[in-house]
Amino acid sequence: MNSVVSEHGDQKLTYSKYTAGFVGSVVLTLTAYWLATHGTASGNTLAIVLGVLAIVQFAVQMLLFLHVGEERGPRWKLGMAGMMLVVILILVGGSVWIMNNLNTRMTPQQMDQYLKSQDSL
Amino acid sequence: MNQEVALELRREHEATEKTIFGFWLYLMTDCVLFASLFAVYTVLRHNTFGGPNGRELFSLPYVLVETFALLTSSFTCGLAMLAAQRKAKHEVLFWLGVTFLLGALFLGLELHEFSKMAAEGNSWRRSGFLSSYFTLVGTHGAHITIGLTWMAVMGLYVRSRGLTDSVRKRLILLSLFWHFLDVIWIFIFTIVYLYGSLNV
Repeated sequence: MNSVVSEHGDQKLTYSKYTAGFVGSVVLTLTAYWLATHGTASGNTLAIVLGVLAIVQFAVQMLLFLHVGEERGPRWKLGMAGMMLVVILILVGGSVWIMNNLNTRMTPQQMDQYLKSQDSL
Repeated sequence: MNQEVALELRREHEATEKTIFGFWLYLMTDCVLFASLFAVYTVLRHNTFGGPNGRELFSLPYVLVETFALLTSSFTCGLAMLAAQRKAKHEVLFWLGVTFLLGALFLGLELHEFSKMAAEGNSWRRSGFLSSYFTLVGTHGAHITIGLTWMAVMGLYVRSRGLTDSVRKRLILLSLFWHFLDVIWIFIFTIVYLYGSLNV
């Protein structure tokens, strides 16, 4: 007789997936670390490369540790993960965009004036 | 008769699936919490108010050790799940123990870093940058603390009750939680520590 929780959600767990996820994450982490400490690339280029490495490692761990996308039938877990990514994009992207915009539009003099006008209240 | 048993099994299997999906929904909302803290950190990271910035504060080799402690614990948590799948009780306990120790090592290193910074006068009260830093990394640390408590309780359950269906279901939820915390750490490592040391 089959057991109720013989499977992790729908899929079978395998040793090779965890090992691949672990080795992949170690390599990506070390690459990012090495580039940040010994790399010769300049600030912004390096930031983009490190960002890409983080996103690749995110994908590796989501697929191999959290088993996203392995479920059968309607893929609710995958759908919710996609929804989460959209929310994060709007939340983080929007905040950073708006706050940077405010920052560049506000000169130090304006900031001083603003602070003084608040003091007098 | 056989059909009834099969139907009952399927019903229980579906209930398990629902529990796992419900927990998955919680993890996704937790992502939103972390996303907002990342947004705050990104906005405030240059506002050092004359205090030290990330480059002066963070020690990358130290953070790399922390990262490997957590990453390895995520892997050993997976090994515990493989053992649970085979119903090998002692192996589950062994790998859960290893995961717990690595998680505790991570938390100890983090708390040591926090207390050292606070002792040098660079606590969350120093600047906007440090307030957002402590909030973001501290929230992750609080999750780790909860995960370690949960893991200790599950260890006791496995010991006393064995690998029953209910215990294994909870182990699955715990493993999702633990892997999820390591996923969050990828971005803390990159955005807070690596970007901080580059000063971008």
